[in-house]
Amino acid sequence: MTTRVYIPRDAAALALGADSVAAFLRQAADVEIVRTGSRGLLWLEPMVEVATPEGRIAYGPVSLADVPGLIEAGMLTGGAHRLRLGRPEEIPWLARQTRLTFARCGITDPVSLDDYRAHGGLKGLARAIEIGADATIEIVTKSGLRGRGGAGFPTGIKWKTAADAKGERKYIVCNADEGDSGTFADRMLMEGDPFVLIEGMAIAGISVGATKGYVYTRSEYPHAIATFNAALDVARREGVLGANVLGSSHAFDIEQRVGAGAYVCGEETSLLDSLEGKRGQVRAKPPLPAHKGLFGMPTVINNVVSLSSVPIILTEGAEFYREIGMGRSRGTMPIQLAGNIKYAGLFECGFGVTLGELVSDIGGGTLSGRPVRAVQVGGPLGAYFPPALFDTPFDYEAFAARDGLIGHGGIVVFDDTVDLAKQARFAMEFCAEESCGKCTPCRIGSVRGMEVIDRIAAGDRREANLDLLRDLCHTMKFGSLCALGGFIPYPVMSALEHFPEDFMPRPAQRAAAE
Amino acid sequence: MAEFEPWTKARGVAIITAEATREGATLPILHALQEVFGYIHAEAVPLIAETLNLTRAEVHGVVSFYHDFRRDLPGRHVLRLCRAEACQSLGGDALASHVRERLGVDWHETTGDGAVTLEPVFCLGLCAVGPSALLDGNPMGRLDNTRIDAALDRAR
Repeated sequence: MTTRVYIPRDAAALALGADSVAAFLRQAADVEIVRTGSRGLLWLEPMVEVATPEGRIAYGPVSLADVPGLIEAGMLTGGAHRLRLGRPEEIPWLARQTRLTFARCGITDPVSLDDYRAHGGLKGLARAIEIGADATIEIVTKSGLRGRGGAGFPTGIKWKTAADAKGERKYIVCNADEGDSGTFADRMLMEGDPFVLIEGMAIAGISVGATKGYVYTRSEYPHAIATFNAALDVARREGVLGANVLGSSHAFDIEQRVGAGAYVCGEETSLLDSLEGKRGQVRAKPPLPAHKGLFGMPTVINNVVSLSSVPIILTEGAEFYREIGMGRSRGTMPIQLAGNIKYAGLFECGFGVTLGELVSDIGGGTLSGRPVRAVQVGGPLGAYFPPALFDTPFDYEAFAARDGLIGHGGIVVFDDTVDLAKQARFAMEFCAEESCGKCTPCRIGSVRGMEVIDRIAAGDRREANLDLLRDLCHTMKFGSLCALGGFIPYPVMSALEHFPEDFMPRPAQRAAAE
Repeated sequence: MAEFEPWTKARGVAIITAEATREGATLPILHALQEVFGYIHAEAVPLIAETLNLTRAEVHGVVSFYHDFRRDLPGRHVLRLCRAEACQSLGGDALASHVRERLGVDWHETTGDGAVTLEPVFCLGLCAVGPSALLDGNPMGRLDNTRIDAALDRAR
């Protein structure tokens, strides 16, 4: 009898050999292999699931060398083996999550619309068509959903602004230029459940009166690009996109565009310039993109996770979503645990969980087994926090109050071998490399920042140069046009504030250690 | 391993024309050219400018702004090694030093035998399985010196 086996095609699973496991199983056993997204328990990848009468049974991490032994142990009927994890939904790491945006990721075939429908897909879009634009925007606003790309701007208000703006045509633009180190939620969703993004964008289009959507995906994500394009073809063929969305009078289509390796294009106005075929340089605001965006037309620009959270909000209602979370941060956040962490992966839960729970409890501490010394939250523009700040709840405002940011929800863990002066210098180096060059504080400040940190590390007029660095960071923070130059002071200043010992002159530091 | 066609003006014009009707066509054109030829030939710049009614300077400005667009043919294999923070936390810097030493090249350079081009990349979204890289577009995770050496040996 043919057994159905599920093996992820997520890039992280592929990076650990999922393709070779699938190829071997296909040859060695009577199996039907379904390639899914990843459930996000990335330390267990490749995680292979077998369909049994008792439900799916997971095994992982499965290397190619393990497969013959697994088959022998009766894996295809759910047999016992040291890699047997049991029913995946009962694995505590998964069971304690609140999976809304990522509800289907890792379960369904990403390019099967039937699978998507069978798991609750397209209900949100059908509801939006039924209740109309104004009521849809009202629900999104009431849900409390805020931009998951990092800025945290209320999504419903953005939509309302674009809906009210006049223009001969309007656009929905999805920011899939997920450049922050430590983040991979957009990638996982586009590889694992692309229809949810398509559905979210179609809802946005109907709400604001746009008929064309663009997804701007970074070139570093070849698998996400391929899967999303395949899903677009299916969606067009099945009438989810096109002249009559789900048989309605609304027209909406989506085109994917590929970035070209510029980090700054994750900033919304540079992204728009890049889509227009220009250098990805930041625009001054106002005008807001909602008034004058792509090609000067009213444009909604939202992150992948923001748009993909809309279908569940429409399906379950604003109250359902709003009840989860804390303070002004409502709903769930797919938090990405990355770097030197034992249980690395994607953990979706309501806002309010503390940094300490995430790193120590859920993440299990470092992968290296050494003590955690610092975590960088929110990507290259996010602050480095020491364990002393682990009581900070995951919430836009709570992080801002401690001179940090949650950004796109990435947490990168470092053990005690990290050198924070080096990390601060890297932040400036990265900013110099990736600055679009439009404003002086970012373009020149980042280069001067590297030089000043080098002088401090060399013990050259330490106090004077520390003052200069603080002053420079102040100028960059308040004088830069966008978040690149404006937020680079976060990693630099947090490193200096929480880890001043790393900024001691190197010979003295060594002497102190001895 | 990528197979590229040698640059010809006729083929270049055909690719440019095919993409030119899209809104904001510059990046799609440049990607299409690089996919076929492996790089952006200098002769392509005035052709794009003419087709899109832009100045050569504007097109050159776009080509030079983005890290992805090459002005020379890459090696037979392209290794894009992640240099960002999550990979740094797992020894990415030491791995990068090892790779540069072993290949005898610095970032953006190609080995003398034309086998491998080494490119830095700031994040591949493989931050939970670092240090990571893409070798000819194939993702690799949990890299160490031994694993990357074996992958490069197989490729060469």
